[in-house]
Parts: sequence; C-alpha cells; structure tokens
Amino acid sequence: MDVLLFGIPAVVAIIGAIAMLLSRNAVHSALYLLLNFAAISVLYLLLQAPFLFATQLIVYAGAIIVLFLFVVMLLGAERDEDTPHANPWQNRGALVGGVLLLVELCLLYVYNPGTIPVAVDMDNAFAAPAEVAKALFTTHLLPFEIASFVLLTALIGVVVLHQRRS
Amino acid sequence: MTWIDILILLVRCLVLALAAATLFAYFTLFERRLLAKFQHRVGPNRAGYIPLPGGKKLFGGWLQPAADAVKLFLKEDVVPAMADKWVYIMAPGFAVVPALIIWVAIPLGTWPDGLGGNWLHYAPMDVGVLYLLAVTSIGVYGIAVAGWASNNKYSMIGGVRASAQVISYELALGLAILAVVMQNSTFRTEEIVISQGTMWNIVPQFLGFIIFLVASTAEVVRSPFDLVEAEQELVGGYNTEYGSMKFALFFMSEYIKLIAMNAIAVTLFLGGGNFPGIDTLVAAIKTSNGDTIAYAVQGLLTLGAFLLKTTALSFLSVWVRASVPRVRYDQLMHLGWKILLPMGLFNVVLTAVFGVVFPADSIIAKVIMGIVGLLVVVIVSATATPKHAKRGVTMVNTPAGN
Repeated sequence: MDVLLFGIPAVVAIIGAIAMLLSRNAVHSALYLLLNFAAISVLYLLLQAPFLFATQLIVYAGAIIVLFLFVVMLLGAERDEDTPHANPWQNRGALVGGVLLLVELCLLYVYNPGTIPVAVDMDNAFAAPAEVAKALFTTHLLPFEIASFVLLTALIGVVVLHQRRS
Repeated sequence: MTWIDILILLVRCLVLALAAATLFAYFTLFERRLLAKFQHRVGPNRAGYIPLPGGKKLFGGWLQPAADAVKLFLKEDVVPAMADKWVYIMAPGFAVVPALIIWVAIPLGTWPDGLGGNWLHYAPMDVGVLYLLAVTSIGVYGIAVAGWASNNKYSMIGGVRASAQVISYELALGLAILAVVMQNSTFRTEEIVISQGTMWNIVPQFLGFIIFLVASTAEVVRSPFDLVEAEQELVGGYNTEYGSMKFALFFMSEYIKLIAMNAIAVTLFLGGGNFPGIDTLVAAIKTSNGDTIAYAVQGLLTLGAFLLKTTALSFLSVWVRASVPRVRYDQLMHLGWKILLPMGLFNVVLTAVFGVVFPADSIIAKVIMGIVGLLVVVIVSATATPKHAKRGVTMVNTPAGN
C-alpha cells in the first residue's frame, strides 16, 4: 500500500516531466508541467507536509502555469519553430549531463541511503502551518525578509514601467 | 485502513458527487424561474407537475432539469476538425473535477459518527482554507484550455480573458479569506465554524464579506463578470465549439463552482450549519433519546440550516445576475486591482490592529470593526468610479487598465 501510494505519484511526476521536455507544443508542455506539479504536491502530502502541498498547488499550479498559458495563448507562440539548435554543443552537453546523472544514481545505490541519518525528526506536526510559520518568523526571519524585499522590488518595477508608458 | 473503510469512503464520495450534480440541476431551475419572475415572465413551468383538484398545478416544471439532461445526452457529439483533439476532450474534465473536489473541505453540517469524526465533513485537514484557495485557482484551467484547444478565435479570447480575470481576482479573494483566518486564528474550516458560535464572522468581517462576494462572483466568471462568455462579443466564449455532454459538463462545473463559493461564504462568514439554540436542543434529545438519535437530528438540522443559508446566498447571485449589467474589461481590471485589492489589504490591517488592541472575544470590538467595514464599503462605493466612466465612449481605443 505504501509503495503504491508513493509509486503512482512518483511515476506520474516523472512521466509529466519527460513529456514536458519532449512535447513540441508549448501549451502541451505547460499542461504536462501542471501534471508534474500536481504529482509532486501529492508527494508532499505523503511526506506529512500539508502546508507545502497547498502552497505548491496555489503558487505553482494555480498562478505560475496559468501565467505561462496566458502568455503563450496571448502571443500565439505555441508551435515550435523547426530550426536546428542554435548551439552545436547542446546535444553533446545533454549527453554528458545524462551520463553524470546515471553515475550519480549508481553512487546513490552503492551508498545505501537507508544508512544516512535523517535530517529532521518527522512527527505529525513538524510541517503543520503553525510550525512553518514559527520557523519563518523566528529562525529564518532574515531570508524571509530578503525574499519579500526582492518581491517588493519587482512590484515597484512594474509600477515604474507602467508610469513611463503613459 | 481496511477494505471496508475504503468502500465506505468510496460510497460517501459517490453520494457527494451525485448530491452536487443534483444541486446543480435544481439550481438551474431555481435560477430560470427566478430570472423569469424578475423579468415578468413565467419561466419553465410545463415539464412535470402535481395535479391538484380544481385544475391547479403544483411544482410546475420540477422535471425540467431531467428533460434538459436527456436532451443534452441525445445531442450529437462533435469534435471540430481543427481542434487539438485530446486537450479538447479533456478540457471539460479539467473544469468539472475542481468543482467537485472543492466540496470535501467544506463542513456541510455536524453529524458526529461517535468516533470523533463527522459524517458531513469529508476531509478535515489543517490546511482546509488553503485547500479551498488552491482548488479555486486550479478551476480556471478548464476554461483556458478549452478556449485554446477549440482552435477558434472567439473561444481563444474567452480563454485568455478567463485566465487574466481569475489571476486578478484571486488576490482579493485570498485577502478576504486571510482576514477571516486571522480573526479566528485557524486554517481549519470546522474550527472557523465552531468559533463563530457567539457571533457570525459577517459582523466583524463585514468588509471581508463584501470583498469575498464580489471577488467570488468574478472568480467563477458569473454575471456581471461573465466577459469570458459574453454572447454579444464572443458568441459563447470558451464553450462555443462544445456541444452535447461536453457543453453540459462546462455548464455543470460553472454552477457547481458558484454553489460551492456560496457554501464557502456560508462557512467562513455565516456560521456554517450552526444556528442559535442547536446545542440546547441536541443536549435535550441526548438525555431523552440517546446519542445516536441526537446525532442524527443534529446532522439533519445543521445540514438543513447550511443548505438554507446557501440557498439565500444563491438567491442573491440570481438577483445580481438579473439586475446588474455586464462590466467592461477595463472596469473589471480597475475594480479588481485598484478597488478590491486595496480594500482587502485595509481589511487585513484592520483585523490585525483590532486583534492586537482588543481582547479576542470582545463583542464591542467586533461590532466596531463591522461598523468601520460598513463605512469603508459605503465610502468606496460612493466615490470610486472608473476613470473612463466619466469620459464615456472615448475610451474605446485606450488599453485596458490605464
């Protein structure tokens, strides 16, 4: 049962990611990415992190991919142009990357991850909304504030650009 | 979890889905009859009635939804030649699934099963409110993808409009809900319902309630924010190329989403299934007839109260549809970004200040908050008009939102 619960979303996530890369239509890619994100949110749920599950759905599935779709549909740019790859090294680079990934997987298999100590002590409440909030507003306050500052900068940038046009 | 538990769960889910579909069917009849009354017409009153002596007819039209369903089932199911076939076929599913799964996080009443659970609340989770937001924001895919896959310029414009509109109004909706979460200091929907025992959230969160009503109407792209399927400009918008049951699924998802939004408003602002005196009544039955009967009575009464409140809000939706003309696209964006969003931010600040300054359960503080909210609503609706409304038709060539 456990293996099944983990296996289905994991396989769906991998299929979604691969199909996203291979599909030649930008809207199909966005939909496969949505599938991937949804499967990953289920994995968060299985890891007892309901807050991450909800934010993954709201932020990535609910906002970012909608924006992707919006831009692609607005520009009518969903068709892939049949031009050869601009960078001749791209294929060879991808090959090297794939080999590296395979080596890494083999190493993981050799150093059995079961023997590595777990990073966090997982009980039922370790990723509850209250705990996440506590961590964000006490231990990790500075990164949190920096992130919000970056977002604020983007917001002000939008206002400035808008003003200049009119 | 044994197989019996899984079986019970499946049966409960089936019941919920069928109940939602039935609600949809009878909401269409409710809406058509009411719209007819608002416009001095009669409305569908022929299909099915109970004959009374003296030639009178009772409940005229109660079989109309069944007749509509049969008609839609029997229509020819066409896939346009130039459509993106698989996406075109999947789009109605994208639309219906969020509309159905949103119901699991809403406590439809209180029917304790004796083991600490609640038969009428499918999935009590500690991120209940966030789940509601997440599922609402996913609901737009059905429309956007259908518009794209139809390969039709009108459908496409409908889909593009839908995605822009939903992203814009999600913010105001989220802020209105955030203020409720701050007021009750919990993400759990059932705890929000319980903490409204002394006073419904609509009093302290009056401003939030108004924002929620407007934003949720826009979020489910319903009149007066139905630019997505504006008949005069876009034929039928995103569902122009859909027929038969595929069209029916879009229709269904739209209405179930509307009812679900009203149900969420009832949960967050109108005290869910609770009403004054229910606790005393249940305690009295418990001593005289035992736990099981008391729980059943409590379940039925709270479910009835919940449905009654939802129907009241649904009546409001129909009323708005009958009375308010459709907004222009620039007005839509203006309202979302420049009026509702600042109001929502103000409401969050107001809730935070009152939460810090006054003790948590102070009735007076809640009433003062409600009065401040009322004042803000009155002032904003009296002063805020779209810039272009004063200039009339000259706005035609200016880009939206300036």
